[in-house]
Amino acid sequence: MLEATIYITLKSGVLDPQGETVKHALHSLGYPQVEEVSMGKYLRIKLDGLNPQQAATHLEQMCRRLLANTVIEDYRFEIKEIA
Amino acid sequence: MKFGVIVFPGSNCDHDCYHVIKHVFNREVEFVWHKQPQLNKFDAIIIPGGFSYGDYLRPGAIARFSPIMSQVIDYANRGGLLLGICNGFQVLLEVGLLPGAMRTNHQLKFICEYVNIRVENNATPFTQNCAQGQVLRIPIAHMQGNYYVDPETLKQMQAQNQIIFRYCSPEGQIDEAHNPNGSLYNIAGISNKAGNVLGMMPHPERCTEDILNSTDGRLIFESLINRLSQRESTVVSY
Repeated sequence: MLEATIYITLKSGVLDPQGETVKHALHSLGYPQVEEVSMGKYLRIKLDGLNPQQAATHLEQMCRRLLANTVIEDYRFEIKEIA
Repeated sequence: MKFGVIVFPGSNCDHDCYHVIKHVFNREVEFVWHKQPQLNKFDAIIIPGGFSYGDYLRPGAIARFSPIMSQVIDYANRGGLLLGICNGFQVLLEVGLLPGAMRTNHQLKFICEYVNIRVENNATPFTQNCAQGQVLRIPIAHMQGNYYVDPETLKQMQAQNQIIFRYCSPEGQIDEAHNPNGSLYNIAGISNKAGNVLGMMPHPERCTEDILNSTDGRLIFESLINRLSQRESTVVSY
């Protein structure tokens, strides 16, 4: 069984209102050193019956086709073997 | 002249669209369930507003893969008139029939209010009954209406007159103060290059009758009906 963790984030240069809001909230909480916050999505996908290379190919397609909107989002993923 | 209104699980403005076409404008209209294997012959198709698939992942991200969509795409590529309202606009962006993407409103609020939009291009089938520069008062209701497209594509869109509606003041002034959601260039509605596909965030189907505060939404439907009538008479004269 393979487990993939996928991170989807807004492309740099695309305004991130949620990230901005969280940044301001952290400042109000007393953390002025926070320069930037960017919020993204985290997905965990368990895959059965594929080797890591096949899984990587499939995940690329999944990300491009559905999981990330490549107009405004970037994605990256890691794959590991689990029990 | 027959209209089709696509219905996804979670669409909720389908009935308003149906009502306007059938009862306000007295034209033939049909609901089209997203799993229908065959798209019947329609002269215009509307993808209505709502929360298709709960807006899960991203608004319109999952609806774009619904079974009916491949036929809707063919229909659009053949030149069929296709109008996406609110969530419908989001579906058209996700599916790539229109360029760009929607982001969360810049002040992170769901905005439900009347806004003013200016008609930037009245040479489309959806705006031909409007005057160039006319200001329409139409309501919006969305959390993700903050339109974005890369600068290169924006330039192309401007050159090709694909920007159809922009948020403005009641007098038609375009500025940040009258941009309800942070949308790039105050964009409220765009078309594809061919001009047969239009996406708009405001809801024209919510303001076509006097008792509902504004009748400016009528102009969108009247334009469509006029264009289709023109087509019919052209065909007949053969």
